[in-house]
Amino acid sequence: MKAFNFHEVKSVKEATKLASNKSTFLAGGMTLIPSMKMRLSSFSDVIDIKEIKELYGIKVKGKSVIIGANTKHADVAASKEVRKAVHSLAGLAEGIGDPQVRNCGTLGGSISNNDPTACYPSACIALDATIHTSSRKVDAENFFTGMFETSLKKGELVTAVEFQIPEKSCYIKFPNPASRYAMVGVYIAKFKKEVRCAVTGAQSVVYRCKEIEKALNNNFSESALDSVSLKSSNLNSDIHASAEYRASLIVSCAQKAVAGSK
Amino acid sequence: MAASMIGSKVERKEDKKFLTGKGRYTADITLANQTFAYFIRSPHARAKIKNIDTSKAKKASGVIDVLTAKELNEDKIGGLIAGWKIVSKDGTDMKIPPHPALASDSVNYVGDHVALVVAETLQQARDAAELVKVDYKVLKAVVNTGDAMNSESIHDGIDKNLSFDWELGDKAKTDEAFSSADKIVKMTLTNNRLVPNAMEPRASIGDFNPSSEELTLYTTSQNPHLSRLVMSAFNAIHPEHKFRIVAPDVGGGFGSKIYPYAEDVVVAWAAKRLQRPVKWVCERTDSFLSDCHGRDHITNCELAIKNDGTVTGLKVDTIANLGGYASLFATVTPTYLYGPLVLGLYNIASAYCNVKAVYTNTAPVDAYRGAGRPEATYMIERLMDKAAKEMGMDRAEFRKKNFIRQFPHQQCLVHNIDSGDYEAHFNKALELSDYSNFEKRKAESAAKGKLRGIGFSTYIEACGIAPSAAVMSLGAGVGLWESAEIRFNATGNISVMTGTHSHGQSHDTTFAQIVADKLGVPMENIDLVHGDTDKGPFGMGTYGSRSLAVGGTAIAKACDKIVEKGKKVAAHMLEANPDEIEFKDGEFIVPNSNKKKTIGEIAFACYLPGTYGEIKSPLPEGVEPGLKETAFYDPVNFSFPAGSHVCEVEVDPTTGETKVDTYTCVDDFGNLINPMIVEGQIHGGLAQGIGQALYENAYYDETGQLVTASYMDYTMPRADNFPEFRIDYTCTPATSNPLGVKGCGEAGAIASPPAVMNAVIDAIGTEVSMPATSEKVWKALKDKSDTKKKAA
Ligand SMILES: Cc1cc2nc3c(=O)[nH]c(=O)nc-3n(C[C@H](O)[C@H](O)[C@H](O)COP(=O)(O)OP(=O)(O)OC[C@H]3O[C@@H](n4cnc5c(N)ncnc54)[C@H](O)[C@@H]3O)c2cc1C
Repeated sequence: MKAFNFHEVKSVKEATKLASNKSTFLAGGMTLIPSMKMRLSSFSDVIDIKEIKELYGIKVKGKSVIIGANTKHADVAASKEVRKAVHSLAGLAEGIGDPQVRNCGTLGGSISNNDPTACYPSACIALDATIHTSSRKVDAENFFTGMFETSLKKGELVTAVEFQIPEKSCYIKFPNPASRYAMVGVYIAKFKKEVRCAVTGAQSVVYRCKEIEKALNNNFSESALDSVSLKSSNLNSDIHASAEYRASLIVSCAQKAVAGSK
Repeated sequence: MAASMIGSKVERKEDKKFLTGKGRYTADITLANQTFAYFIRSPHARAKIKNIDTSKAKKASGVIDVLTAKELNEDKIGGLIAGWKIVSKDGTDMKIPPHPALASDSVNYVGDHVALVVAETLQQARDAAELVKVDYKVLKAVVNTGDAMNSESIHDGIDKNLSFDWELGDKAKTDEAFSSADKIVKMTLTNNRLVPNAMEPRASIGDFNPSSEELTLYTTSQNPHLSRLVMSAFNAIHPEHKFRIVAPDVGGGFGSKIYPYAEDVVVAWAAKRLQRPVKWVCERTDSFLSDCHGRDHITNCELAIKNDGTVTGLKVDTIANLGGYASLFATVTPTYLYGPLVLGLYNIASAYCNVKAVYTNTAPVDAYRGAGRPEATYMIERLMDKAAKEMGMDRAEFRKKNFIRQFPHQQCLVHNIDSGDYEAHFNKALELSDYSNFEKRKAESAAKGKLRGIGFSTYIEACGIAPSAAVMSLGAGVGLWESAEIRFNATGNISVMTGTHSHGQSHDTTFAQIVADKLGVPMENIDLVHGDTDKGPFGMGTYGSRSLAVGGTAIAKACDKIVEKGKKVAAHMLEANPDEIEFKDGEFIVPNSNKKKTIGEIAFACYLPGTYGEIKSPLPEGVEPGLKETAFYDPVNFSFPAGSHVCEVEVDPTTGETKVDTYTCVDDFGNLINPMIVEGQIHGGLAQGIGQALYENAYYDETGQLVTASYMDYTMPRADNFPEFRIDYTCTPATSNPLGVKGCGEAGAIASPPAVMNAVIDAIGTEVSMPATSEKVWKALKDKSDTKKKAA
């Protein structure tokens, strides 16, 4: 780790005011700190946002669940409100990392980091979320722009995520055996007017799988996916899974997600 | 002291400190005025070093010095050695390239040690390391084990990258068995490369005392005495009598900490050169890159079989990857720890084994839990499985038909096996695994859309390394006996010095149990001292499941000497004849009388020989004061643990996911001192073996970059990958040591890879290689069904 100035802030305003081209926000630190320790990244200023109280909390309001950016995975997993409104969202949080990671890592940190194999981005896409930031509201589909890239501007802070409550939904992760991030993660959400299917881990950034959505819009059942065969040419290939294998896993995860939807 | 300590599940003496975070590891040690070291490592798999410019780094803030091969040569520090000479079948010695402690003109794997930065803080050392400019001429790397012999030589003068081409066995006799065979079964196997992954990364701290001229090295070693010997005699670091090596608590080794590494040599030397303590702690990534790896074999093997199922011959042809250099025990692992074991526990009349060891631009490969024996077991057990299927025989019956049944048994290769009863543990394992109802369980899995398979594995190990005469005739540089000292204190408690080292094996408990039993002293009054060359006698360290069979025996022998002396003293004090004194439960007794002395009283009298009533001195004439005995033990033979393991897996054909559903093992470790500790050793071994079979793989890409250099990509198995293990034992005591023990540390890692793989292959009905990851299993199933479709 290289030397840096450390700031602890109490409000969103204070945080954004301190931010510069050479600064970073520190939330749970689960991703940021290892990358700084390995000297893959370094900053002149680290702005610790953990003490910003307004970024914590879970609210169910009408047809949406609003979760503060600083809310930890463990809190989402344990929340009765979340479990009641969107069962699968609590399930997703419960499946992230290990107890240490879940008790430090945050929703805001996860989506701002936008790891191509992270779980939360798929929830944002499938649950048609709106990302609230220190300066605006962005549709999730316009938020995740590329591998570890988002539409956040320098110094812009995610404050909360507003998820739409579906009729039923399910997230199935096929974990990478080593990291246990998603080798493929499929989030299926059935709304009144449409079925949304978000896939993480398979491309450089989370995306909606139109073939699966089409099949499920016609017939929301496992067997509707029996004949779906995805092309693999646009999928990731690495030492753990070839593109062809990923294509097959997406369908089998989607089938399990349909079966497990509630 | 009533019940025998030997054989009981005594709670571990070391648990309290480890479970409460009070272990004291090398990295926990802080010395006054210490400096911090950071190693600059090669980012290339193969390159010439054109120049190293340290000028900028030397001027950086807090930097004390930047050391390279130039300074190493100034001080005439020797390179690393290979400790076991192998002779090729053409009579030539193995070829060993120079292995300097800091690379002088070339680097041969990613992570190869190039320079050392020493600074006031670690931060400063790391910052300065970024200022060192190493000018490399990058060359094409040789990575693949199978291609090494057809590639450009990476070391001058080592043709085809071949270190040796070694053979064992009677080739003509074996050829004959094959020409008269009714059936020949062949296969090609890959034994995947593994990263040892000790929980504690390596670390060392050098400390030179200019007034006494003593050099101390604190280091993560399984074998501090041997490290000191090697570093004194070959690296010329410091004379042995002024050199102390301390291996405090060590968090696992699995073989990867048996020998001194370049980092130990350089840190010890730097501390002396700079006259300040130098502390180095390996980071996890460096540990992936530079700890010696394990396994990495490619093997062609074949069996000659008669129509009735009798195996008459075995041929094994192996290429073993040594990595970039030959590490200290690297050459014995794929030869003498492998070749003699290829017969498994079968009575095969002829065998021939050829091993070619090659250099590649990868991390050095050395002993890793089981060292050679897992590779041998994997080969023979996969081959036996395949043979049974091709013969149309039940895999269990085929094995039983070929078991050794008479003991002692001289195998056709090297070993003379003293004791065993192979059918006993095999039958017990079949029963415990409920083999007879397997088909029922298979049908139940099928009903859920899952494929179920069962796999067997039997194994034999040669442990208790090692009878010196035997191993020296096989090329070992030294004999491998063990030492012990029992030192009574005047107040009756005991320090037990051993030359072995405990880094997870629970010696503090097991060895104390032996002493408690032998001398009748309570466990809490017995302390084991190890891991410090200044405290205990010279010993050979811990590996190869040797500590109990060899080190434990030395302890038992030293106890016997204590009792012998105690009898003389007691006889004198009790006015009896030494021959009539009996020793039992800590008391010296004159039979048929009420005359007795406790061993504590004897110890007190030995140290403080005052007047005892009528007796002027308790010490008879010619008996020296004090109560302290030393024993060295050189075993007469190896010990031969053996066992039978049965694994059942369930495979999800849609994803290829494989779950180990049940795992059963029945082992014959001879006598058990502490069954709870033995069980722990089995669990750990199984985790590593199942890990090798299904998850772990050290993967280098074609340029020689280690792709799996972190836990994000290297799959360590976790607790949820395992079922409850069903564990049981049979017992035929070893005859080669008086405790009758055989060794249990490696068995789990040896037996389990073939048990798991035979089960996976049984489930999916087609071949797959280790690790059988979900993708590989899915692909194997897909290829099988594609071929079927094509054929239809
Ligand atoms: C062992 C391990 C296993 C894991 N497994 C999984 C898994 O299975 N699935 C999964 O999805 N994730 C997994 N993670 C990642 C985990 O979810 C992290 O918590 C997450 O990636 C980062 O969250 P954080 O709060 O720790 O952010 P930090 O590490 O503090 O920050 C990450 C990045 O986000 C920025 N940032 C943080 N908060 C904000 C904000 N409010 N606004 C703008 N920028 C912000 C930081 O500046 C930084 O660039 C794992 C992590 C570890 C260490």
